[in-house]
Amino acid sequence: MRVLMFGWEFPPHIAGGLGTACYGMTKGLAKNGVEVLFVMPSASGDEDQSAVRIINASDVAVYDTCCDVNDFLSKVRFLRVGSNLHPYIDPQEFTELVEREQRSQSSEFKFYFRQKYKFSGKYGANLMEEVARYAMVAGAIASQNDFDVIHAHDWLTYLAGIAAKRISGKPLVIHVHATEFDRGSNVNPEVFRLEKMGMEEADKVITVSNLTRNIVINKYGIDPSKVVTVHNAVDFSGRSSLSVSRGVPEKVITFLGRITFQKGPEYFIEAAAKVLKVCPNVRFVMAGSGDMMNRCIRQVAKLGIADRFHFTGFLKGDDVQKMFSLSDVYVMPSVSEPFGISPLEAMKSDVPTIISKQSGVAEVLKYAIKVDFWDIDALADAMFALLNYPAISKVAIENGREEVDNLKWDAAATRVKAVYESAINGK
Amino acid sequence: MSKSVCFYFQVHQPDRLRQFRFFDIGNDFHYFDDFANRTILHRVASRCYLPANNTLLEMIRRHKGAFKVAFSISGVAIEQFEKYAPEVIDSFKALADTGCVEFLSETSSHSLASLASEREFQKQVEEHASMMERLFGKKPVVFRNTELIYSDDIGEKVASMGYKVMLSEGAKHILGWKSPNFVYTNALNPRLKVLLRNFNLSDDIAFRFSDRGWADWPLDADKYALWLAESLKDSDIVNLFMDYETLGEHQKASTGIFEFIQALPDAVMRQGMDFCTPSEAADRYQPVAPLHVPYPISWADEERDTSAWLGNELQEEAYNKVYALEKSVLETKDDKLIKTYRMLQESDHFYYMCTKFFSDGSVHSYFNPYDTPYEAFINFMNVLSDFEIRVNEKIKENKQ
Repeated sequence: MRVLMFGWEFPPHIAGGLGTACYGMTKGLAKNGVEVLFVMPSASGDEDQSAVRIINASDVAVYDTCCDVNDFLSKVRFLRVGSNLHPYIDPQEFTELVEREQRSQSSEFKFYFRQKYKFSGKYGANLMEEVARYAMVAGAIASQNDFDVIHAHDWLTYLAGIAAKRISGKPLVIHVHATEFDRGSNVNPEVFRLEKMGMEEADKVITVSNLTRNIVINKYGIDPSKVVTVHNAVDFSGRSSLSVSRGVPEKVITFLGRITFQKGPEYFIEAAAKVLKVCPNVRFVMAGSGDMMNRCIRQVAKLGIADRFHFTGFLKGDDVQKMFSLSDVYVMPSVSEPFGISPLEAMKSDVPTIISKQSGVAEVLKYAIKVDFWDIDALADAMFALLNYPAISKVAIENGREEVDNLKWDAAATRVKAVYESAINGK
Repeated sequence: MSKSVCFYFQVHQPDRLRQFRFFDIGNDFHYFDDFANRTILHRVASRCYLPANNTLLEMIRRHKGAFKVAFSISGVAIEQFEKYAPEVIDSFKALADTGCVEFLSETSSHSLASLASEREFQKQVEEHASMMERLFGKKPVVFRNTELIYSDDIGEKVASMGYKVMLSEGAKHILGWKSPNFVYTNALNPRLKVLLRNFNLSDDIAFRFSDRGWADWPLDADKYALWLAESLKDSDIVNLFMDYETLGEHQKASTGIFEFIQALPDAVMRQGMDFCTPSEAADRYQPVAPLHVPYPISWADEERDTSAWLGNELQEEAYNKVYALEKSVLETKDDKLIKTYRMLQESDHFYYMCTKFFSDGSVHSYFNPYDTPYEAFINFMNVLSDFEIRVNEKIKENKQ
C-alpha cells in the first residue's frame, strides 16, 4: 500500500506537536508495510528520510500539461483563497497584500507555475496564499505519482488533499489534530470553512481523541460513521537523559506549555495558592510564554505567592528536559486540548502527572490523576496528595512509565492502516 | 536679609541585577550585572561626575566662598566609585576641602526602608552617616530620604536620630496655596526643619533645559536668575534639588548646561541673592509654619507619592517579600548576606517594575535594564528566592 501524505513540518524543523506526530506515524506505518510519500513545503534536506520519501514542494516544477491555467482549474476546481482573512494581520500588511494581490491576480498562476515556487514553510503573513499554492503543487504531484490513498494533516493541507483527490480519484483521509475551536476564543470563518470542506470531501476523518471526534461531529456536522478516533502515541527513541543539579530544596510542581486561555494557566495559579496555604515547602513553576503571561504574573503577585511561584519564559532545547527532571509533579489543566503530548513526556521522565478531564490524552491514561479544569479544589487536593503521600506518587510514577511505554506508534499506525483500507474499499 | 538659592544634587547609581533564571535558583550566588554596572558608571563618570565636579570646584574657587552647593551621595554609589572609579571620590573630596560643599545623610542603600522598617531604616542611616564622616571628615547634620520621601512620621523618626533639617518635595497637594520658598517644620516635632524643593524652577533645569519645544528655550543664566528673583519676591529661599546626572548626562554637555551653570552665580548675585547650603538655610531663616504630611510624598512622577515604587501589585509583592525576610537575615549574623540584603532593597529594583508608562515613562526607562516591568519582577523574585535559600541555609548552619 502506498500513501501520499501532506504535512507541514517534519523533524528537525518543528513549530508544534504536529511534526512530531507525523514523524512517529510515518515510522509506524513503515513498520506496518505502508509506503509513505510525504509532501511538505520547504523541506531543507536534513530531515530523517529513513522511513519516508520526502518530496519538497518547492522543488516540484509543474508539468507542461498543467501550464494552461484553465485546463488545470477545470480538473481541480480550485478554490481561490483570499489572504485578506488571515487572522494575524495588521492594517498595513493588509493593504500591501491587497495591492500585491491585485497586481498579480491575472498573471499569478502562469508566473508561479512555470518555475519552482519557493515556499516559506512557516506560518506567515501570506499563509492563506501558501495554503492555496500548496494545493496547486499537490495537484501536480498527484498526477506524477502512483499511490492508493491520500492522507492530509490539519487544515493547512486539507486543500492539497482535496486537489490530489480530484486529480487522481483516490480516496482521501484527513487527520484532525486540532480544530479551529481549540485554537482561540475567536473562530476564524475562513479556517472553519476550509476545515469543514476538508472533512466533507474526505472519505474518512481521523481524530486524535474522542473529544475532538465529538467536535467534528457536532460543530462541523460530519457523519459520525466516517469519523474514527486514533489516539496519538509517543516516540522516545533517541532521547538522552540529562543530569541536572537541583538548586531548590523544595518540591517543584510544573506547568509547561503556552500560557494561553486554552491551557488553563489561571486554574494552576489558584490551586497553587491553595496548596501554599497548607504546605509552604513547595515551589511552582510556569514554563512557557503566551498572551496571558503578564496577566498570570499579576495574579501571582496579587495572591502574594511570588516567592514560591516562578516564571521561566519560553524554554528552548534541553531546558524543557531539564525542567521535567527538576519537577516532582506535572500539571496540564487545559480547558480544551485535542490530545496533549506533554503529560506523556512528563510521565516518561518519571514525573507524576495531573491532567484535566477536558484533554484528549485523558482518554488513554489510567495512571494520571484527572480533574475538571475548573475544579481548583480538586486540583489542589491532587497536588497536595502527590507531594505528601509517597504511596500514590510511587504508583503514579511506576505505572505511568509503563503506560506511556505502551503507547506505541506501531499500534496507532495499525489502526491508521485499517482506516486506509476501509477508505480504499469504500466502506 | 538677602534671599538665598540652595542647590542640592543627588548622586546615585543602582546595582543592576543580572539575568537570573529559575534554573539558577539555589545554584548561583552571583546576582549583579557587574559588567553593566561598571560600564554605566564609567560612562556617567566621564560625562557627568568628573567634568561637573571640576566645573563646580573651579566656580567655588572663582567666587571665593560665595557659591555653595550640597550633595547627597548614596552609599551604593560610593561603593561603586570605590570599586570602579576611585578618582570620582577624590574629586568629591577636593570639593569637600573647599568648605563650601555640604554632604547630606541618607539611607546607605538608597532604600525604601523608611516606609517598611524602623530598625532597618536607622541602621542604614547610621551606616551612611559614618561613611560620609570617613570620606569627607564631617558627620552630616541634614537628612534627605531616598527620592525625598517624607511624611510626618518619617520626619519625627529622623528628628529623633538627631537631625535638625530634612529635605522634601514641595508637592502641590501638600502645600496648596502655600509657597515652597520658606522653611517649614515637622508637624510632630517642631525642632526638625523641612526644606521643600521648588519643582518648577528645579525642573526648568533638570527636564526642560534642552527641550526645543519649550517656549522659554534657550534658557540662559540671566533669564533664569530673573525667574529666581521673581519667585523670591515675597519669600526667603528657593530650593533647587535635582539629580547630579542632570549636568552632562541627562542634559548633555552639547546643550550648554555647563556654561549655564558657570554663568549662574554671577547672574544670581547681580539680582541681589546669595547661595547657601541646607544647614545654613535652616539657621538663617525662621520657620513659618508646621507642615502636615500624613501620607508619604516624594519627588517622583506627576503624583509626587510613593506609587513609582509601590504603585502596583508586582511592586507591593516584591516589597512585602523583601521586608518579610528582615528578621531571618539579621539572625544569620553574616555580613555578606546582610550586605546583599541591603543591596536588594535599593529602590531602583522596584522602580523597574513600575507600570505607569505614559506620563513618566521616559524617566522610568532611563538606565532601566529591563524591557518590561514583568521581566523586572520575575528576575527580582528569582534572585530573592535564591537569597532566601542562602539565608535559611546559614541559619541552619549557625544552629549546628
